[in-house]
Amino acid sequence: MAIAVRIPTILRNYTGGEKQVEANGSSLASLIDDLDAKHPGLKGRLVTDDGSLHRFVNVYVNDEDVRFTGALDTGLSDGDEVTILPAVAGG
Amino acid sequence: MRYRSLVEAVGDTPLVGLPTLSPSDDVRLWAKLEDRNPTGSVKDRAAIWMIRAAERDGRLRPGATILEPTSGNTGISLAMVAQLHGYELICVMPENTSIERRQLLEMYGAKIILSPAAGGSNQAVAMAKELAEEHPDWVMLYQYGNPANAMAHYETTGPEILRDMPTITHFVAGLGTTGTLMGTGRFLREHVPGVQIVAAEPRYGELVYGLRNVEEGFVPELYDPSVLTSRYSVGAKDAVRRTRQLVETEGIFAGISTGAILHAALGVAEKAAGAGQQADVVLLVADGGWKYLSTGAYGGTLEDAENALEGQLWA
Repeated sequence: MAIAVRIPTILRNYTGGEKQVEANGSSLASLIDDLDAKHPGLKGRLVTDDGSLHRFVNVYVNDEDVRFTGALDTGLSDGDEVTILPAVAGG
Repeated sequence: MRYRSLVEAVGDTPLVGLPTLSPSDDVRLWAKLEDRNPTGSVKDRAAIWMIRAAERDGRLRPGATILEPTSGNTGISLAMVAQLHGYELICVMPENTSIERRQLLEMYGAKIILSPAAGGSNQAVAMAKELAEEHPDWVMLYQYGNPANAMAHYETTGPEILRDMPTITHFVAGLGTTGTLMGTGRFLREHVPGVQIVAAEPRYGELVYGLRNVEEGFVPELYDPSVLTSRYSVGAKDAVRRTRQLVETEGIFAGISTGAILHAALGVAEKAAGAGQQADVVLLVADGGWKYLSTGAYGGTLEDAENALEGQLWA
């Protein structure tokens, strides 16, 4: 099950500069584990020690913020697109 | 309608149906036209409420200097009120915002300090906070953390929508300072059981997310995620496509952030229609398209427009 993951500029040092990588997982948590296996250290930038998403990291599955769909338990299917972005100000 | 002055003419904006874009007679879209405010954007409500609150508690006195980080609309609203009430205004604004916004600010007599494009509004916020420390006599209203911002919408936008659309099922608005969604959302949740509060967040080009590290990220102090039901990220291409669709099908000439809001609204409307539900979806038109004509969003192909917006703060 291949899921495309878009990586923000500030985390591309973990992906050898790649903007987009592929990973597998039936939930966001397992996807992040797979990402970390392929790109060691990435998980530590996304998930805090207590096992929740980092406050300043937003993750979207098909453009929907995962904090409203079950956070790390959000389910994934083949062909889903995951986007990771740092939280920035608007207004 | 008759008002004592322009400031008094804030709010009470029209709610108009979108019969062509609505999926069916059971699932209807309604647009709250916030471009019909004194300076042409929803931010007039927040700016006027923040200034009135600061005047009431004595922080703002005649001749005072107001400092504010803003990517445009809040600055323009504050500049108008500041001019009428006799305050100086200094705006810290990212350099990658449209030229029209700068022209309007200068016309109203505001001073502009440009912050670097990389890092977007985060840099403007950081720079304004530094300036506020260096100049303790300046008054920073700070739209990202000022309760009066959300209160403006709790006291006006929310009640107006409920008055005009008691059968509302969804409210969709843009997420920037989060003030509109927090204030309107809290009011509607208190009065309409099961109402869905949906955020549409602009997804900019990469330059705007050019922080040095994740710890430099920013979440507005006003933000309380428990007010929202869902939150969507909308890129420039979808936002421009919907902005053009809105003017072509319903005659509403709106700014680009409204295209992002319409995109999210159509998504929830189609979901409701697919589930056989009745829905009245109210979406907020944040401003008109005038200030964005120079960005290239309204002409040429979608790809041209998307490329033109790359690196710009278009919402």
